[in-house]
Amino acid sequence: MATAVGTLIDSPLTIAGRVFRSRLMVGTGKYRNNETMVRAIEASGAEVVTVAVRRVDLNRREADGVLYHLDPELYFLLANTAGCYTAEEAIRYARLAREAGFNEFLKLEVIGDRETLLPDTAGLLQAARILVSEGFQVMAYTNDDLITALRLEDAGCAAVMPLASPIGSGLGLVNPYGIRTIKKRLSVPVIVDAGVGTASDACVTMEQGVDGILMNTALAEAADPVTMGAAMRLAVESGRQAFLAGRMPRREIAAPSSPTTGMLG
Amino acid sequence: MTKVRAGAAETRETANAGTLGEKLIELNGEPRKVVAASALDLLRSLEIDPRTVVLELNRQVVRRTELESTPINEGDRVELVHFVGGG
Repeated sequence: MATAVGTLIDSPLTIAGRVFRSRLMVGTGKYRNNETMVRAIEASGAEVVTVAVRRVDLNRREADGVLYHLDPELYFLLANTAGCYTAEEAIRYARLAREAGFNEFLKLEVIGDRETLLPDTAGLLQAARILVSEGFQVMAYTNDDLITALRLEDAGCAAVMPLASPIGSGLGLVNPYGIRTIKKRLSVPVIVDAGVGTASDACVTMEQGVDGILMNTALAEAADPVTMGAAMRLAVESGRQAFLAGRMPRREIAAPSSPTTGMLG
Repeated sequence: MTKVRAGAAETRETANAGTLGEKLIELNGEPRKVVAASALDLLRSLEIDPRTVVLELNRQVVRRTELESTPINEGDRVELVHFVGGG
């Protein structure tokens, strides 16, 4: 990353004492092929990549697991509980993921509705409490509600992951106020998860002051996922720098940029 | 002498029923006849590298180090999972 002289040096993203090299996290689902996925993730500069837990297809002989394509030495694999609709189910998947995986981190999802994939916050809190007590570092996918975010922090979550907009929607950041408020009030890292559609969405999201973004579909469904990966890397860095720089105030009237004195008589 | 031999044969027969006999289990939601004494045997019979999957037996995760010592019994419900692409 080229950094001009005199710009602010940012501290790295740290979750539960673990330092990460990028504020951008990416998913591994829905890519047209594995080669494109690997190149897009490389271009994004992400270190954390999410994976899901599913049954092995016993009728397929060739290796179809994602670990055949992503080197666990290069990437930090974050298992999710995507597709789980109850706390019990999410806990079951979490325990399987821990045995399959390489770390204690978990992206906890408890979904409440099939159409919007919005979280079931009651089930989420219930699962979070149990998994924290079992030693998981829980990163909880939640909505943009401050109170739920506060409760998740109280439950001992390592990070809280409010949505920008519904999973896979690409609608961008629909509630900047909500996300900003969560960030201001929480001590644990806030990683916005889901809904980012393009680079400007990522930039605006980072400008709210959040610690990072997790995205999947924005890369996987771009016409050119590799170039979008590179764009997202720049957007996340750009938004972060802009946040640190502190934006100018908004005004409803113009303020001239050139001197108003010294005009010709 | 005769008694001892009969006893040995009987023991072998019992052992065969335990290790080589077919058992009907539920594997990833489907009924399946398997020949496996242990969870590790089961993975071997399916030609699956134990390092690439996680095995759940009757809703309990079986740790990799315990695959060999975990018996597979008639009627067991076994799930084999791994990591796939996801967001």
